[in-house]
Parts: sequence; structure tokens; C-alpha cells
Amino acid sequence: MTVQLDTLDHRLLRLLDEDASMSAADLAIMLNSEEAHVASRIQVFEESGIIKRYQAVIDWEQVDQNKSTALIQLGVTPAPDQGFDKVAERIMEFPEVQGVYLMSGSYDLTVIVEGASMRDIALFVSRRLSTLDSVLSTTTNFILTRYKDNNIVFHTGGVREDRRNVFDD
Amino acid sequence: MINYDNYLNTEIKAVKPSGIRRFFEIANELDNVISLSIGEPDFATPYHIREEGITTLEKGKTWYSPNRGFMELREEISKWLERKYHVSYDPATEVIVTVGGSEAIDLTCRTLLNPGDEVLIPVPSFVCYTPLAELCNAKPVQIVTKEEDEFRLTPEAIEAAVNERTKLLVLPFPNNPTGAVLRREHLEAIAEVVIKHDLFVLSDELYSELTYGDEPHVTIASIPGMQERTILINGFSKAYAMTGWRLGFATGPAPIIAQMTKMHQYGIMSAPSMSQYAAIEALKNGDKDIQYMREEYDMRRRLLVSAFNRMGLHTFEPEGAFYVFPSITSTGMTSEEFCEKLLYDQRIAVVPGNAFGDCGEGFVRVAYSTSLQNIKEAVKRIEIFLEKIKNKEIE
Repeated sequence: MTVQLDTLDHRLLRLLDEDASMSAADLAIMLNSEEAHVASRIQVFEESGIIKRYQAVIDWEQVDQNKSTALIQLGVTPAPDQGFDKVAERIMEFPEVQGVYLMSGSYDLTVIVEGASMRDIALFVSRRLSTLDSVLSTTTNFILTRYKDNNIVFHTGGVREDRRNVFDD
Repeated sequence: MINYDNYLNTEIKAVKPSGIRRFFEIANELDNVISLSIGEPDFATPYHIREEGITTLEKGKTWYSPNRGFMELREEISKWLERKYHVSYDPATEVIVTVGGSEAIDLTCRTLLNPGDEVLIPVPSFVCYTPLAELCNAKPVQIVTKEEDEFRLTPEAIEAAVNERTKLLVLPFPNNPTGAVLRREHLEAIAEVVIKHDLFVLSDELYSELTYGDEPHVTIASIPGMQERTILINGFSKAYAMTGWRLGFATGPAPIIAQMTKMHQYGIMSAPSMSQYAAIEALKNGDKDIQYMREEYDMRRRLLVSAFNRMGLHTFEPEGAFYVFPSITSTGMTSEEFCEKLLYDQRIAVVPGNAFGDCGEGFVRVAYSTSLQNIKEAVKRIEIFLEKIKNKEIE
């Protein structure tokens, strides 16, 4: 299903991207539109999959200091008729895996893995990922400090006030 | 013990300090305060502009500029005014770069005003015009703009205030704190009166780029017959989120700019060079930044106006700047009481309307140059506050 988007749709999506908890009434006021129109557009976005779901952006470091995230770069052998899809689909199945991307450059897949600790992630890579038939190599990169994520500043290192940036779009 | 009173200038002693900062200072000492009190963008200066400042420092380009500012900057200012507002100024003789719009206002007052001259100042407005006129021993004559006129200055009000000693009309639009703007037809009507009485105009257009709606800002200098009797003042603080760079400019007739340059020469020398280089980048490549920020402010403006009206604080719909100016008379409190209680009870800082002239009593100024999250939270807390007043939990 292809959805035709106008300027208002783009602005609406940008606002929701920033704060999904805004009500249709408030969004309509801000966009100089009607509440019913905004509500129906949001429904269209939801049904068409433009909006996947709504979630909170959580600073997990404040919840659990040991919790870790790593970017794993994988070299893989593509399957003869399914290319990278087959191995990607297999990797997606692990609950530890938050994201899987096919990349350009020297590696084939980047996998984002979350774990209770760095050791947990290291074990997951060595026991579960490396052992997959098509995986040729792995490089594990741990995230040490989350400076900015989801367009939100998490950590300023004390050098920069948390001011909003002007984005070119 | 020295009695410093004997050393101090009598005019400066008589001047009142600015009322805007007071609540800001208190707010700084409390925790968890959301400040809607300071007229400063919440955006950082766009990165390509900051980068130009950094590069300038790296290259060691840290010397004085010419008194009037770098020629390249004056040329860009001239092009910008032409492109945006269709007025043309000679960068060599009709443009001066100043330390913020504030210095330009000061220079204009001191260059034009003799003791006894009268200056028409629409109020509520930014706090500096009256004290600066007083420091010149001129007589500030305040003209109260009213909500029923959408806080616009009317030609009738000028007629009622003008006399043979009137020399200067201050035109602070888009207005801080009301958010009122003057559209072309209003300016044409004002120009007629100004020309009839042979007045000069100081047009403070710092918020020109924050004009909402389909029509862009119009400068009075573009109205026929007005450029020759107007000092147009603008700057980088509000449009490009560059408050701390302290950079503004004045444009006007060469003989007046020449006299202002002398004052600037002795008092200031030249505006900061690093800021000037960054400003060149802003003028050349910053249009899209302004556009982005204006759209953001516009959305917050709609949200706040609607929220205040819904809560029963009658609020005029501003068309410019980044302030709303709700009436708080329905609470039965004075502006100062309202602000103080709101700050201590709900940790929300806003500015009492009377900081912008006595006629601002009964209003508060709320700056929406803060994040949407803050605005939403502020609205919630103000709602609780009003509910408490209604239930007599706060009096």
C-alpha cells in the first residue's frame, strides 16, 4: 500500500517522531489543521506501516549499569538462491538481537546486540553467532558511552549544554 | 568611607534596572524550574555558523575589524535586506555593524536626541527605549497599544501624542512582549503621520524573521518616503539563534550613520571580528535554518495560545516574535503576584507584563523559545495552578 504524502503529513510525522505522546487535538492546533483529519492520517500511517509502533526512549544506563550494547560486524557467505536474506532472518530470531542491517563496505551484516553485561554479549557472539554455518567472521564493538541516540542527547560530557540543534531537512 | 553617591552620574542613578531578569534570577535558585522567561532561542547556533567562528579562531583571524564592520559583512547585510525586505543600502556609507541590536538602539538615540526632544515609545515594549531616551535628557512619551487594536500602533495614537518637540518615533515590531506585528497597510498609515509631522523613525526589527502567517515581514523603510527618515535596526540574535555572539546592525541615511560611527568608534571600536565572520556565513547560507526555526516556533505558538485560552487566560494571538502575552486579570492577582506564586508553587518562570511598561499590568509574558516537552509540562502545571486558585488553595 503506497500512501501519498503531502507537506502536512511530513510535518505530522516529524512531530510524532519527536514526541509520539502528543494528542491529535494538540497536533491539529500546531499544524493549523483539523483534529479529525490528523487522527485519520495517523490511522492511515499506522495501517500502512509507515508508523510501526510507539515506544519510549529509555536511558537503560540509569536502570542497570551493566547492561551493554554492541555492534557486531559479520562476514557471511550468502545462500545460493536467497542471498543474505536467509542468514539475516536466522539472526533476527535471537531475542538478544535488536537490529540487523545489510551493509555496504568491508562487512556484510551489522547486528545490534543487547545483553545483561559485556560478558553475556561476548558469549552470545562466540556460542550463537560464530557457530552459524554461513558466518565467516565476527567483530564485536561495544558501545562505551551513548552520547546521542534517537536524536536525543544522553550524555554531554559536561562540555555542551543540551540545546536543540537546527536540522537541515 | 567614600560616598559613591557623590561620584555617580545623576541620570544613570535615576534609571531603573530591567525587570525581566528578576524572576530569571529567582528561577535559577530553585530546582526543577521550567523557565519561559528569557527571550532567547532554545536552539544552538546552526553548526555551519559555529564552525565558521571556530575556523576563524583556528586561523588566528582575531584582529580588529574596520569601525563599521568588515566590508564583506556590510555587503551581505545589504544584499540580505534587499532580498528579504526590498530596501537598498550602500554598504560603504549606510550600514554599521554593532554589538547587538542593543548598541544600535543606543547609538541611534544618542546620535539623534537633544535634551528636551520628545521620543514616542509604544508600550508594552522591550525595556531599553525609555531609559536610553532619559540618559539623553530627552523626554520619553509612552503610547499605550491596546489589545483591541491587536497591540498595533495606530496613526491616531501618534497624532494624539505628537507635538512640536517630538523628534523620534520608536517602532518596535514584531513586538516583544505582545507579539504584535505591523503589516504593510498599518505601516503606510503610520508613514503618513510620520511624514506629516516630519518625525524620524527608529525601527527595531530584531524579530522580523519570526513573522508568522502567509505574509512576510515588511519594513517601514520600504514604504515610499520613509527610507530617508528611518534608522533600521536588525541583528543575528533572534533570527539565527546567535544571542551570545552579540552582533547586530543599523542601516540608514549616510550622514546619520557617519555620526553613529563616531560614537561607536570611541565607545566600542568595532564589533567582535569572530562574530562578524560567522555572521557572513549566516547571511549567505542560513535561510533554511531560519525557516526551520520559524516553523518550530509557529507550532509552539499555536499550541500555547490555544492552551491559555482553553484554561481561561484570555490570550491575543501574536503574529510575530516568540512570546505570548496572556491576560491574568481573571485570577484577581497582579502580574507580580501571579508570577511569584506560579514560580514558588509550580516552578514555572514567566515575566510580569508590567516589566514592559505600566500598561503591561494584568498580563504576563511567556516565551515559547523552549522545547515542546517543556511547553507541554508548563501547560500542565499552569493548569494545576489555576485550579488551585479557583479552589482558593492559593490566594
